[in-house]
Amino acid sequence: MDAYDIVKKARDVYRLSTIEMINGLCTGFIEIHGDQAMKDDKALIGGIGLMDNQDPITIIGIQKGYNTEENIRRNFGSSGPAGYRKAERLMQQAEKFNRPVLTLINTPGAYAGPDSEENGIGEAIASMLTTMSELTVPTLAIILGEGGSGGAIALAMSDQVWMLENSIYSILSPEGFASILWKDSSLAADAAEIMKLTAPELKELEVVDRVIAEGDEEGTYSNEELAQQLLPEIKATFKALQKESAEERVAKRYARFRKF
Amino acid sequence: MALFRRKKKYIQINSTRTDEIKERRAQIPDGLAERCPKCKSVIFRNSISEDYLCPKCGYHLQFPAKDRVEWLADEGSFTEWDSELQAQDPLDFPGYQAKIERSQKITSLAEAVLTGEAELEGLPFAIGVMDNRFIMASMGTVVGEKLTRLFERATEKRLPVVLFIASGGARMQEGILSLMQMAKITQAISKHSQAGLFYSAILTHPTTGGVTGSFAMQGDIILAEPDATVGFAGKRVIEQTIQANLADDFQAAETVLEYGFIDNIVPRTDQHRALHLLLSIHQSERPGD
Repeated sequence: MDAYDIVKKARDVYRLSTIEMINGLCTGFIEIHGDQAMKDDKALIGGIGLMDNQDPITIIGIQKGYNTEENIRRNFGSSGPAGYRKAERLMQQAEKFNRPVLTLINTPGAYAGPDSEENGIGEAIASMLTTMSELTVPTLAIILGEGGSGGAIALAMSDQVWMLENSIYSILSPEGFASILWKDSSLAADAAEIMKLTAPELKELEVVDRVIAEGDEEGTYSNEELAQQLLPEIKATFKALQKESAEERVAKRYARFRKF
Repeated sequence: MALFRRKKKYIQINSTRTDEIKERRAQIPDGLAERCPKCKSVIFRNSISEDYLCPKCGYHLQFPAKDRVEWLADEGSFTEWDSELQAQDPLDFPGYQAKIERSQKITSLAEAVLTGEAELEGLPFAIGVMDNRFIMASMGTVVGEKLTRLFERATEKRLPVVLFIASGGARMQEGILSLMQMAKITQAISKHSQAGLFYSAILTHPTTGGVTGSFAMQGDIILAEPDATVGFAGKRVIEQTIQANLADDFQAAETVLEYGFIDNIVPRTDQHRALHLLLSIHQSERPGD
């Protein structure tokens, strides 16, 4: 499969989404809205719930819409400063109450609008990164679809980073990349080939720790099947991370990102 | 009468210049003359003062990294760190190695950032200066490594950090590894900060992309030079999003100050005083003191 075919799959709106993951993982999830300063950014969903009806968890994820109307509400999965500040607030709360944080990523990138700049999208992402670098609770990030640029890494400075087999993670969209380097966004497919944005390439570079298969010899999993495969793995990983001391986890995370 | 005002047609010469010539033309120190980007007057190289201000309008011209350090620090006080670290091509990106070599030749720098320690009127500090003549001072793995080591070493030595920032953002040719630098540098700055040490970012023209989305906005005090472009997304990208043009000063430091994301704008003529004051306010006890 060409890299650009994977890009198309990663952008499919019917892929496993943040909301489906939350529903699969938690019984009784409470969504928390707003950054308590500006507004509620609906591209980014956050809240708290119980895994397996017993273990508290904070989940933060980016949600795209299934249709135009919902996409407008969700801003096509591009969160602005208010979204990242909501995420930061939720993470600080998770730290206070010592519960793990799961981040779910599916964004073409942070919102590139004038209001986003006026409200300090750069500062919001920078501050988000600082907060993630100082968390001592276990953290796991999963790239479900598109992992676009600063808007993605702002939620992915975690103890572990996983990717679904047909998701992508990149410095920029292949269209943007082709446009910058070759002044021609129609060369996106060529850009995708050399950008090393697919899961196996990123595993090789150790940017991600684990690639989650989206199917087996019998075919592609449905979203429900895929979530079912993922959920025990997530629970087991948080259990394993929790066995380590906070100092150990923080030191390992420092080394994880220090090596690049 | 329109007939007499009609402009004579000239022969069009196809200006397909090589990248090398284009890049060299952009460098003030290599050319004899340059046009001020603000007042458009021609500035001769030998008329540029040591602080690289436009002699006509005072515009803050591109300041080569080595010249800036020499201009700012006490004479002979600068010791460079990690000078042996050369720009790398970790993904074997087509044409990148040649681009690096051209930039190295033009700037006589090994990468887009110069780091080390120096003194300002006797006060010791760690310093980093980014030089946008080197591939727009974009953030590759070695830029990230030098900045990470700057903060790590400053933490060990209990030094404050003064970082002059300029960057086009991510280094495209290093792809995802460039993105990882945002995380790598952030965690080193966090450690420095958690040790109670002071970091001042000085945003120079231009400070954009993932650099604004990380260390440019993580300073305890964030200063900017007049007229510097400061933003996250590129102006053209935003214009594409809204299908409309933005004002010329949309991402000018003066505008970003009004939005509330820059602490103060300090022209070069006042930077010695301001930085000395900030360093003396934020002195910390050091091993051996």
